[in-house]
Amino acid sequence: MKKLLVLMLAFILVAGSLAGCGDKNANEDGTKELNIGINYELTGPNASYGEASVQGIMMAFDEINDAGGIDGMKINPVEIDNKSDSAEATSVATRLMTQKNVVACLGPATTGNFQATIPEAIGNQIPIISASATGDEGVTTDKNGKVNEYVFRLCFNDSFQGVTMANFASNNLEAKKAVIIKDTSSDYAKGLAENFAKTFKSNGGEIVAEEGYVTKEKDFMAILTKVKSKDFDVIFLPGYYQEAGLVIKQARELGIDTPILGADGFDSPVLLELAGAKALNKVYFSNHYSSLDKDPLVQDFIAAYKEKYNTDPGAFQALGYDLGKFIADAIQRAGSTKPEEIKNALASTKDFAGVTGSFSMDKNHNPIKSIVVIELKDGVQATSVKVEPK
Amino acid sequence: MSEFLQQMVNGISLGSIYALIALGYTMVYGIIKLINFAHGDVYMIGAYIGFAATTYAQLGFFPALIISMAACAVLGVFVERIAYKPLRNSSRIAVLITAIGVSLLMEYVMMFFVGAEVRSYPKLLSERVFEIGNVYIKAQQLYIIATAIILMIVLQFIVHKTKTGKAMRAVSIDKDAAQLMGIKVDRTISFTFAIGSAFAGAAGVLVGIYYNSIDPLMGIMPGLKAFVAAVFGGIGSIPGAMIGGLGIGIMETLVSGYWNSMYRDAAVFAFLIIILILKPAGLLGKNTREKV
Repeated sequence: MKKLLVLMLAFILVAGSLAGCGDKNANEDGTKELNIGINYELTGPNASYGEASVQGIMMAFDEINDAGGIDGMKINPVEIDNKSDSAEATSVATRLMTQKNVVACLGPATTGNFQATIPEAIGNQIPIISASATGDEGVTTDKNGKVNEYVFRLCFNDSFQGVTMANFASNNLEAKKAVIIKDTSSDYAKGLAENFAKTFKSNGGEIVAEEGYVTKEKDFMAILTKVKSKDFDVIFLPGYYQEAGLVIKQARELGIDTPILGADGFDSPVLLELAGAKALNKVYFSNHYSSLDKDPLVQDFIAAYKEKYNTDPGAFQALGYDLGKFIADAIQRAGSTKPEEIKNALASTKDFAGVTGSFSMDKNHNPIKSIVVIELKDGVQATSVKVEPK
Repeated sequence: MSEFLQQMVNGISLGSIYALIALGYTMVYGIIKLINFAHGDVYMIGAYIGFAATTYAQLGFFPALIISMAACAVLGVFVERIAYKPLRNSSRIAVLITAIGVSLLMEYVMMFFVGAEVRSYPKLLSERVFEIGNVYIKAQQLYIIATAIILMIVLQFIVHKTKTGKAMRAVSIDKDAAQLMGIKVDRTISFTFAIGSAFAGAAGVLVGIYYNSIDPLMGIMPGLKAFVAAVFGGIGSIPGAMIGGLGIGIMETLVSGYWNSMYRDAAVFAFLIIILILKPAGLLGKNTREKV
């Protein structure tokens, strides 16, 4: 009976402290905690992106907490799985913002799920930041092109990737004729293809053929045979690694040995498994970061990550890590835990030095940052070129 | 010209995959008049069993193929006993809906256990590519075509030359009369499912190796296309499934090779509608009157 009373008392105290203190909770040892929401795809089809991002975020938070936290406050990540579902992402955002007293929400990883949480951010006036929502429209700006005040991202958008790869094809590979093979069931791929074509044509190039496939397809022999009969210098292949790996394998088996270009959808170890090392030559793709970067910041991150998780970090881990550091930096600069002041600090970011490049926020809450073009040789990253934004 | 020949090679190898799956469809339909929509998913599970046998148990191609066929045969019989047998005397639509349910169940149970991520197969068969003129033929394509033809001949032999085959045909014509003649109807139907599912398992392993990519939803599209192939060839006819499969494969390839790759699937399903209107019994199907 006594035990029960103690338990009830403890429960009432905890509940009271949660309800009463707003955004700051007192810990048993007297230090203050800062709740930050983690709304990520931990299960479902996009789980590999979500898990990788959260690994990076947690690593950043651990480092910050070990170093004493932000102005003495420890970061307390509140992690909820959105099951890779946009409706679920919305309800997770609501729960985090209304019940968990978070000062900001990180994630989700994919554009569609991130967009689903935007109305919640605006309604509750709590900033949300995604490290990897690269979609062009309707992310940090609304449909009239007006900036969404509480919405931020720290990755470049798809049109920048398409433009960069087109310039890379024209300038670095001196290509005049290109073929586009795109995933027509993905907005991401369609956006990339459109921007690539526009820039490539304005560089004096010509798109000799444009072919399409849909997600989950496995046989590309027919379109590749058709493409093979054309005269061209490069193939642009916007899409995800699941199909891109098979397209590259089948193209090489058909004797097509021109360079193949892609975007950050290629960034997965599965690409190598699907295509095989032999096929992955003269393959170039744009990415957020490259492990070949000699910057000490990058090399320190890779070493620390390897020590913690025993594998090499990918772009999602690097973006997640930057995201964790970035929100902490903004809270520090804001000197407050009020969501509104954190939002102002995020918007006025200048020269934040991250693993994925240093950046400042533009007026539409997009970072102005560099992009990396990676070349694969026998399936491994051989060279990387950094392209600065204009 | 060489482009056309290459497209024909592509079409025939794609068509052989459809034919491999269509054989199982058409056989089950031929015996109990059930369109087993879960067939494409048995094919997917076959691919995963082959994957497990080669990756985790480090087995070679043939042991993996046999394990996969045996496991799929057991799975096929299990599904038939649990899901279809209790409904044998219900309306056709009830069984059809059950089949769709079984299909979804298998897809998502598999996704729960193995995850949605695609996996790549270990390299089991020669990756040689033959270059004849300007036409590239992969050794693996030849394996698939050969397997499809051999399985068709084996099936044809089982159905027409063995005692069990005779029983199958008898059950197909009149279940009750067959029972009165002393044929064990339940066992015959189970046997049909076992063979059909074993073939689906074999197809799964072969396709897994050929494309080097498997995922829990890989059975949906090939399953539907194989169904169209079976209808096109004349559902219930074994050589019809083969011809239908090749026909659909070649048609798809020609549509995306010479017209537009975006219209490919639309063309296949439009074709299904046209066959159903003009020649519902298919190319080699018999025009039998439905018993009322």
